[in-house]
Amino acid sequence: MPCNFCILSATAMDSGCALTKTSLGMDVYRRTLDSWFMRGVELKPTNTGDPEYFHKVVDCQYACPAHTPVPQYIRLIAQQRYSDAYLVNWESNVFPGILGRTCDRPCEPACRRGRVEEEPVAICRLKRVAADFKDDITPRLPKAGPGNGKKIALIGGGPASLTVARDLAPLGYELHLYDAQAKGGGFMRSEIPSFRLPEKVLDEEIGYVLDMGIKARFDTYVDSMQAILDKHYDAVFVGSGAPRGRNLPDLSGRDTADANVHIGLDWLANVAFEHVKTIGKRVIVLGGGNTAMDCCRTSRRLGGQDVKVIVRSPFEDMKASPWEKEDALHEGIPIIDNHVPRTFVIEDGKLTGMTFEKVKPVYDKDGHRELVPTGEEPAFYPCDDVLIAIGQQNAFPWIERSTGVNFDAHGLPVLNKVTLQSTRPDVFFGGDAAFGPENIITAVAQGHQAAISIDLYCTGKDLTARPAPDVTLVSQKMGIHEWSYDSAPTEDLRLTVPLADLDRALEDRKLEVELGFDLDAAFVEAERCLNCDVQTVFTADTCIECDACTDICPTSCINFIANGPEDDLRTRLAVPAIEPEQALYVSGPLETGRVMVKDEDVCLHCGLCAERCPTAAWDMMRFTYSVTKATPNLMEVG
Amino acid sequence: MSFIKPKFRHPRLPTNALGFTVADYDGAISTLCAGCGHDSISAAIRNACFKSALEPHRIAKVSGIGCSSKMPTYFLGRSHGFNSVHGRMPSVATGASLANRNLTYIGVSGDGDTASIGMGQFIHLIRRNVNMTYIVANNGCYGLTKGQDSATADLGSVSKGGAANPFDGIDLASLAVLQGASFVARSFSGDKDQLEPLIRAAMAHDGFAFIDVVSPCVTFNNHAGSTRSYGSTRDHLDAMPVDFVPVREEIRAEYAEGTSHAVTLHDGSVIHLLKADAGYAADDRTGALTAIRSAQQDRRILTGLLFLDPNSRDLNDTLELASRPLNELGKDELCPGSKMLDSINEGLR
Repeated sequence: MPCNFCILSATAMDSGCALTKTSLGMDVYRRTLDSWFMRGVELKPTNTGDPEYFHKVVDCQYACPAHTPVPQYIRLIAQQRYSDAYLVNWESNVFPGILGRTCDRPCEPACRRGRVEEEPVAICRLKRVAADFKDDITPRLPKAGPGNGKKIALIGGGPASLTVARDLAPLGYELHLYDAQAKGGGFMRSEIPSFRLPEKVLDEEIGYVLDMGIKARFDTYVDSMQAILDKHYDAVFVGSGAPRGRNLPDLSGRDTADANVHIGLDWLANVAFEHVKTIGKRVIVLGGGNTAMDCCRTSRRLGGQDVKVIVRSPFEDMKASPWEKEDALHEGIPIIDNHVPRTFVIEDGKLTGMTFEKVKPVYDKDGHRELVPTGEEPAFYPCDDVLIAIGQQNAFPWIERSTGVNFDAHGLPVLNKVTLQSTRPDVFFGGDAAFGPENIITAVAQGHQAAISIDLYCTGKDLTARPAPDVTLVSQKMGIHEWSYDSAPTEDLRLTVPLADLDRALEDRKLEVELGFDLDAAFVEAERCLNCDVQTVFTADTCIECDACTDICPTSCINFIANGPEDDLRTRLAVPAIEPEQALYVSGPLETGRVMVKDEDVCLHCGLCAERCPTAAWDMMRFTYSVTKATPNLMEVG
Repeated sequence: MSFIKPKFRHPRLPTNALGFTVADYDGAISTLCAGCGHDSISAAIRNACFKSALEPHRIAKVSGIGCSSKMPTYFLGRSHGFNSVHGRMPSVATGASLANRNLTYIGVSGDGDTASIGMGQFIHLIRRNVNMTYIVANNGCYGLTKGQDSATADLGSVSKGGAANPFDGIDLASLAVLQGASFVARSFSGDKDQLEPLIRAAMAHDGFAFIDVVSPCVTFNNHAGSTRSYGSTRDHLDAMPVDFVPVREEIRAEYAEGTSHAVTLHDGSVIHLLKADAGYAADDRTGALTAIRSAQQDRRILTGLLFLDPNSRDLNDTLELASRPLNELGKDELCPGSKMLDSINEGLR
């Protein structure tokens, strides 16, 4: 009798269901009329028609805010098609050369390679390879379209505004870009030191955008939104960043020491624009983020000999990317953790050092951290200068509340999270200005969405009707057992990027520290990519259940078992699927009543299942997923 | 076409009592046709050795000639192996077993290698009860020479060329039971749930253990009209589920009263015959023959443990040979000298 809950019914038992332990002599029936209506418990066949399913399998692309098609450009690099690789990037993230040096790389922790061996593919540095070795691509870049009579103002010249400009220019919009600095780039230029991001790279990639007929108004600080609105733009985009560095105004001695205490963000900008050229010999940098790392490394190049980073949190919890911490340590900069700044010590009216309270982290059962004083004597560190790099804030003193642009309690604009439209319909936000400090690639992703919204708004369409992504799925079969991609995973370990000589690098603020991969190294690294965009696509109708795929699969992903609820299925696989974030690919019922269940987690995309399949029930199909931009088909790369 | 299996394995692969993962029992990548039943048998042998925690270097694989006999390359890459002359694997296996009784021998053969050219040798392997597992990958055709009917092809089975087989096939399982084999089983390459425990039981059995495995030839014998195709085999399968509990494992599975029939092997491990077949008496030679015959008449393929003699004596015991392998015997034991000869002679006076 059925238990009225699930798909099974049984004799010799009061009930038979997924929760009941089966025993011998119990006849269990599936698909009886009684249980037909209770099928919800069984996992339904995976809907691979939903673009998001296969998109999620391409972990790197899925993790990227702009969804750059990583495996595609890595294959182009392996094929020595550097210009094509660059343009695939450019279409998606606008600043491949800049990002190839400075990106926060959300793709790399997501990389599947990191789950089957020690290190992910060096995705970010391969992006730089495309930028370093491309030919002149300017003839292939899109041009400004014939004027459509609409004018858009872009406030701030950072990555978000430049992305909006790039996406809208081919449609014929007249784009006015305002920035207080002498050149475009925003924080990419002022905050990131030249030894990490050479000016040449910035000028080149910002130039590609500005050359699309953008009317740039540099050295123009916008101090009134109303004044902009009075110029009757069809829409205004605010990409003014989060420009205000946090201070420590209440610390004892702060005011007296002011001449030698600097806000990290402002100080870096002053260095970039050459208003500041030196710093004291002994420098303390307060803070644990990437700005702190940039401050300490810049100090080393401006005369700082005894430079220390002193941070409240434990070393492991610091916000800075692991590789940026490594770079600082490599340059002889100690990072002293678990120290909370207490006082600026002044002697004879001059800063001589700082005292710190020692703390230790205590985590409660929810993982929340509290820094508890250890009770030890405060620590004193002597110094000549202090750089405060403890975070940044949004600031919109220039937007009059009377304009109809509303702000929340934290001082952030009230926005529609998808359309990025503010409470005033013709004003849009993006980048750090929208939701607080993030990173370049997030600003670019938001720029794309804001451009779509602005175009929909200016053409009188519904802003919530977002364009669907452009998706294709094409078999890679070239012969009986041949694929159009290098299906066999290589066993090379991740290569490290060579660095410039340390002494020379510390002498010259503008000398780029990372040298980038050469072409031989780039090929080896590119071949480490597992081609996760080449999907394993299963057709239940043609499967004869010969087990060939299960037997050959190197990573034991493929199972032929009885269907059941997902939690139960996950435990019954050859290797239980313990990563809930990684999907199970479930087929419809096969001849024997079982289903094919593939755990996507550590699939190598090696194609062996499809090679060993006698009926082509498995096929290796390349999946492309392109976030539709305001200007569709911006690039054609075969 | 891939010739090398990638080295990466699932990072959370389970390990057995020896600390090995199933990947430690892998062989080279198969060059058989994609979808060949034989590859499933290879995987079942690999899984069985992993689950029974056998040391790869204590296993020897022996085979003859044919698609089936290529198989040992594709599993247990760290074990010993001997690929012999067509149909002559039994001689090699007999010699090896006599020389070193401490290894686990896995013979892999096909319907041609066993039922045609090797029949004369096969019969004597049974008669002598050589301690080994003998697996026939039985596809009813000569796949390596483009699919002619083999000696085990069923009467009326249609070949790929379209002709129905005019002869009755040799049933190797019946033959083995009749000839006095101490362990006889039949299974299907597409039913690893049954095949794996059978192989584990066969390897634990003290004596000759024969497993006839229906293994569809995906290229030459997987069409409509063939009685050995994946579809036809599944349609006519009458499977006795089997569970194997080795001696060192606790009995975890719980079987309700009257639903299972346990057979204890020489070494103390247990085979459970499950479900409706609880009444099946695996130690009844005549009953086994009747059951196989009646299934054939109903066009059913009866699979599972068909016959087992738990008190079997293997060749080494029958001949009262040294209890240690030859390679462990020193010069003094192999050549005891004139004093020993004198004492033997004295005993004969």
